[in-house]
Amino acid sequence: MAHTLSTLAYLVAAVLFILALRGLSHPETSRRGNLFGMIGMGIAIVATLFRPGIEFSGLLLVLAGVLIGGGIGAVVANRIQMTALPQLVAAFHSLVGLAAVFVAAAAFYNPESFGIGTPGNIHGGSLVEMSLGLAIGAITFSGSLIAFAKLQALMSGAPILFRFQHWLNLGLGILLLVLVIAFVATGSGLLFWLIALLAFALGFLLIIPIGGADMPVVVSMLNSYSGWAAAGIGFTVGNLLLIVTGALVGASGAILSYIMCKGMNRSIINVLLGGFGSDAGAAAGSAGAGDGPARPVKSGSPEDAAYIMKNAGKIIIVPGYGMAVAQAQQVLREMAELLKKEGAEISYAIHPVAGRMPGHMNVLLAEANVPYDEVHELEEINPEFGEADVAYVIGANDVTNPAAKTDKSSAIYGMPILDVERAKTVFFVKRGMSSGYAGVENELFFRDNTMMLFGDAKKVTQQIVQALQK
Amino acid sequence: MNPTDLANQATATAERALALAAEARRMAEAVAPAVAHGAQQAEPFLLLLTIFLLACFVGYYVVWNVTPALHSPLMGVTNAISSVIVVGAILAAGLGDSWAAKFFGFLAVTLASVNIFGGFLVTRRMLSMFRKKG
Repeated sequence: MAHTLSTLAYLVAAVLFILALRGLSHPETSRRGNLFGMIGMGIAIVATLFRPGIEFSGLLLVLAGVLIGGGIGAVVANRIQMTALPQLVAAFHSLVGLAAVFVAAAAFYNPESFGIGTPGNIHGGSLVEMSLGLAIGAITFSGSLIAFAKLQALMSGAPILFRFQHWLNLGLGILLLVLVIAFVATGSGLLFWLIALLAFALGFLLIIPIGGADMPVVVSMLNSYSGWAAAGIGFTVGNLLLIVTGALVGASGAILSYIMCKGMNRSIINVLLGGFGSDAGAAAGSAGAGDGPARPVKSGSPEDAAYIMKNAGKIIIVPGYGMAVAQAQQVLREMAELLKKEGAEISYAIHPVAGRMPGHMNVLLAEANVPYDEVHELEEINPEFGEADVAYVIGANDVTNPAAKTDKSSAIYGMPILDVERAKTVFFVKRGMSSGYAGVENELFFRDNTMMLFGDAKKVTQQIVQALQK
Repeated sequence: MNPTDLANQATATAERALALAAEARRMAEAVAPAVAHGAQQAEPFLLLLTIFLLACFVGYYVVWNVTPALHSPLMGVTNAISSVIVVGAILAAGLGDSWAAKFFGFLAVTLASVNIFGGFLVTRRMLSMFRKKG
């Protein structure tokens, strides 16, 4: 009876989790969706605590864990800056991975709690599921740690490459498989921890060759892994809620990885093999540009830009990661407000891979009080550039490069881009003439309708705001 | 054919049938535990696998419906709900008397709780910023 009740509670929680994701189809319903998610989690936890056999001492232990962990989580969630969101999410993924490893270990040492056998005599099927949950969890943990370190700039974002790297990974992967088979055959504790160690090493090695700018894909992929790890543990302990949730999260991360890859026109394999998007790429690119005679570009002052925009009817702002780095979103919104008073229609164009995680730029703009109905996705806004008087590109580069459409030899060929070149006037706010992270020179800089605004994104925009206020 | 022969033949046939029946019973008895065990093992697994695959499809369709503007909150929520692994952690910490299981269970409960609170709260913070024009 008690078991039926808890199973029913898990079912309710699973439905609430699905509704939580469903709510995200629109900003209006999203807040309620998040609430559903919280209620679902509450129901799942309470239902588990009331399962028969949970002793008082165990209850205290759980309570202590929830208080310590929950306290840390709440403080971090309230203090984190929105620009640091990607590394926060990476850190959270690593915790899910590690938690999966620990639950697998607990199930290994006390299989009776989960009805999967007795110590030293666990069912073969359960050992398979346990080792899967363990290995995926461990890879998620160490891989996310590396992603976190790269995003937090604790280590260089440059890809770390060495000879025979992929062969080494392949060899370790095969070794991992052999260990899993041996573990299932023997149920040995030593093999359990060897699998954990090897998977830790593999997660680490898989992420180090991936460059900082490819982190949106990596973060999405690890999101997916954390789901599969939860599902693996769900199979081990025979819990339907873990399985359903793991599948939801796994699918979500996989879809986000796919969208990110499509946004860069690269295959997931290409991203995973790494070596692309080095921070050094930009430097190499600008050195390459110095080979020929410098091509003429038109540059202007913030006052010129203010004058032109004051008389513009339709302005599209194209923010990129550089805007976030310069913390220019607030002053950008101020500029937009002033221009609206001058009668201009303002919209924002977001490329799928703008920022360091999926949807990052939307959050940064929302934080700066930009209304979400002024912010548009690539497919939505591209037809409108032709009617725009001004495209104001701030901190973005590669995602506006028309070479992606025409130059088959370009590293970014085939990548979907924002058609800013079709606007009457294009402003580029940039520190200098350096290339974007793909190391490709942007054709647009040399066009007649382009005006470069050299300087820091925040300072330039501030100066435009001052000129507009005069 | 005289009646005696007929009776003898009938007896022989009956004896063969009896022997076969005994054989069949022996075989059935030998197989039965394996079948029962197999059913016990395979059916829950198949059931779980069915649930898993169906949930993958639900996830696929629901997530494609998420507006791209909310992809960051989506990661926040999925991160929070994947910490439902806390259910396994609670059972490990709360049930049984293996100190190792309790220890690992406690660690897992703590880590998952960081995620549950952190994930839902940071998502709430993000979503509270998305406001309409005017």
